[in-house]
Amino acid sequence: MKLTVRVWRQAGPAAEGRLVAYPVDGISPDMSFLEMLDVLNQRLIEAGDEPVAFDHDCREGICGSCGVVINGQAHGPERTTACQLHLRSFADGDVIDVEPWRAKGFPVVKDLVVDRSALDRIVQAGGYVSAPTGSAPDAHATPVPKPDADLAFDNATCIGCGACVAACPNGSATLFTAAKVTHLSLLPQGAPERASRVLDMVDAMDAEGFGGCTNTGECVASCPKGIPFTSIATLNREYLAATRSGRR
Amino acid sequence: MDGYRVGDPIADTKAPAGPLENRWDERKFAAKLVNPANRRRHRVIVVGTGLAGGSAGATLAEQGYHVVQFCFQDSPRRAHSVAAQGGINAAKNYRNDGDSVYRLFHDTVKGGDFRARESNVYRLAQVSAQIIDQAVAQGVPFAREYGGLLDTRSFGGVQVQRTFYARGQTGQQLLIGAYQALSRQIDAGTVELHARTEMLDLIVADGRARGIVARDLVTGEITTHLADAVVLATGGYGNVFYLSTNAKGSNATAIWRAHKRGAYFANPCFTQIHPTCIPRSGEHQSKLTLMSESLRNDGRIWVPKRSGDTRSSGEIPEDERDYYLERLYPSFGNLVPRDIASRAAKNVCDAGFGVGPGGLGVYLDFADAIARLGRPAVEARYGNLFDMYQRITAEDPYAVPMRIYPAIHYTMGGLWVDYDLQSTIPGLFVIGEANFSDHGANRLGASALMQGLADGYFVLPATVNDYLGSTRLGDVPDADIRQVETEVRERISRLLAVRGTRSADSFHRELGLLMWDHCGMSRTREGLRKALDRVPELRAEFWRDVRVPGGGAEFNQELEKANRVADFLELAELMLLDALAREESCGGHFREEHQTAEGEALRDDENFAFVAAWEYGAEPVLHRENLVFEHVHPTQRSYT
Repeated sequence: MKLTVRVWRQAGPAAEGRLVAYPVDGISPDMSFLEMLDVLNQRLIEAGDEPVAFDHDCREGICGSCGVVINGQAHGPERTTACQLHLRSFADGDVIDVEPWRAKGFPVVKDLVVDRSALDRIVQAGGYVSAPTGSAPDAHATPVPKPDADLAFDNATCIGCGACVAACPNGSATLFTAAKVTHLSLLPQGAPERASRVLDMVDAMDAEGFGGCTNTGECVASCPKGIPFTSIATLNREYLAATRSGRR
Repeated sequence: MDGYRVGDPIADTKAPAGPLENRWDERKFAAKLVNPANRRRHRVIVVGTGLAGGSAGATLAEQGYHVVQFCFQDSPRRAHSVAAQGGINAAKNYRNDGDSVYRLFHDTVKGGDFRARESNVYRLAQVSAQIIDQAVAQGVPFAREYGGLLDTRSFGGVQVQRTFYARGQTGQQLLIGAYQALSRQIDAGTVELHARTEMLDLIVADGRARGIVARDLVTGEITTHLADAVVLATGGYGNVFYLSTNAKGSNATAIWRAHKRGAYFANPCFTQIHPTCIPRSGEHQSKLTLMSESLRNDGRIWVPKRSGDTRSSGEIPEDERDYYLERLYPSFGNLVPRDIASRAAKNVCDAGFGVGPGGLGVYLDFADAIARLGRPAVEARYGNLFDMYQRITAEDPYAVPMRIYPAIHYTMGGLWVDYDLQSTIPGLFVIGEANFSDHGANRLGASALMQGLADGYFVLPATVNDYLGSTRLGDVPDADIRQVETEVRERISRLLAVRGTRSADSFHRELGLLMWDHCGMSRTREGLRKALDRVPELRAEFWRDVRVPGGGAEFNQELEKANRVADFLELAELMLLDALAREESCGGHFREEHQTAEGEALRDDENFAFVAAWEYGAEPVLHRENLVFEHVHPTQRSYT
């Protein structure tokens, strides 16, 4: 099949960016979207041009490295990661726009690559259980009800790709933070840190320049891992309870 | 003319003598300690943030050391451990099915085809139970039963249920646990993290590892970092084959450069081929995707009985199907170890029974499991894997059997380390997949996560303590630093200056195909010799004709690739040489000249019960570490 991809080219954070159109032919519907970019890059290199920079690593939809806005949607038209999106989702002859995540919290590094380290700083602010190595009790000492463990798992599957931020009209990282807070608040481990965790993580989120949440729901619609909207409600409830707990 | 010479055997691995079950306790007791107040004066570099590196960095920092940590990804959470699916073994005996530390040890030594060290493997089994406790304490949401206790399942090569799992995303969940522990230390200021930074060389001064030279992948700046000890946790080198289940960025650069600075490279030819991979769909393929081995718990593997049968799977009646693993290995059936399952799949495909495009696939069928357990139960166990399969192949595995084929997965070889996980360069420690130590010639399922975390949380912190407590270190001479820096810069400039016509990827693909054909699932003397002739030619072509666009002082992904492919082109030659020298079959290393009448791997314990530890040089030097089996007596592995 043949496609025309219009790719955002930007040499560096301070440089001006623009969409550049490239025709790509001789490609197969079985290719992933990133394999199509590989083909484009091989041709650019052979022609003496600069290849398109894009983040990717595992190509199995689990590392969270890849992420581009395709035709205005984070990770493209299907609910998956860009590496697991296949060209069979497009029609022969389509013109496709490819842009980096756009959010104040994610400055552009080059072309389609953005800096998502702000998400790491939100986790560093408290998204963990303080459990020093070697001090753990036997794993069976604390049973966890299966429904709680399952829901904790559902939230723990967040891959930190940042699609929620890119999809949000406010550039908010609330779904990301909510997933972590919900995962940990459902478990007995780390309960003593429960209040300080949510207060510190929300503070960090605000400090990084992410926007506020207005319950638009675009984050949930674009999340490749299906983190539920109810997690945001959990975050709000946890936050409210924490502000009243007097713990800081 | 062998292309190598034989050096002195390795005399001492530092494992204490005496009863197996006491060795680790004795080693820990004998280890020197560092006073907590003095620990913050010591800097330790940890390269890599996967299960091994992340857990090591977090633990060392908790102990009070100043940790300087590196990863080439944009976040430590993206290390390739994140992709491990199946599970993690632990000798908890929660099932009361006869499991024990000794049984886990026994299964692992046997599963590794008697090419692993008994003392290391026993220690691994010992600390396995603690790993589960640690992960649960961190909030890792393992699968649980309705009573609130942890669920387990079984994996290839064993007959007990000792594998703990978090749906099909166990690696991700364990990694997030370690990443969060590391994040806590970053916030506390005890870990200094350098993301998007790649180690390009090792600084050795006065015979000891004292630092690294790295490149900031965003700015291209070459930086030097000094420390009192260096820990490499940089994963495996399976991407030498180009197509593998490894992440695209997984590379050999850190361990290869350390090898060139004096660290021995052990058993480079031991590569694990994973039996349950989605077959490739075409020439464009950039990587292979693994389906968890846990699928073999309930899936049945078969091919048509008639070769070249082109009917769809549903049209082939039961009595015209060959469930070849159940037929050949009745007691383990579909759960035979990975090397056995992989070779059996290759054999049936080579004989013309394969299914799907090109005949390179076998069926993994869940029809019986769905009939027996119901679709919801199958969904609960494997749902995300089924979704993944459907996404990639556009086939519904609930309705038609999956197609699978073996693929390169995990490298059991790596830098040689002693019982303390220290390489032949003092002060250079190597953990996780980057070292060679615990798996032998084959890795059983669910044991890589176990080794990564055992090394990082429990073993390394104790042995680094001993090293720092017993070593007096001087300043690193400026001349030593400058020399390494200069070499790194020159190499980058040289790559950029070639301005040839071929991309780094095109060389990588060619190398990968050559390695798969001649050093893959089966090897012959003739094929290895042929590849040994070709690799140096390809390497020369690379340095004459590679095209790296852009410059060095910027974000340049082609430069990153080229730099790594250059190392793969060197490592490949050592792998071939090692495979040629090992005139036996064992685990993932199958030499066609050495097989039983039934076509099974034929080990030669008389002559090859050793670790091949290679010293770098114009002519590599082979140092043998003889393996002694006092507890698990080598027998022909049998799973029938």
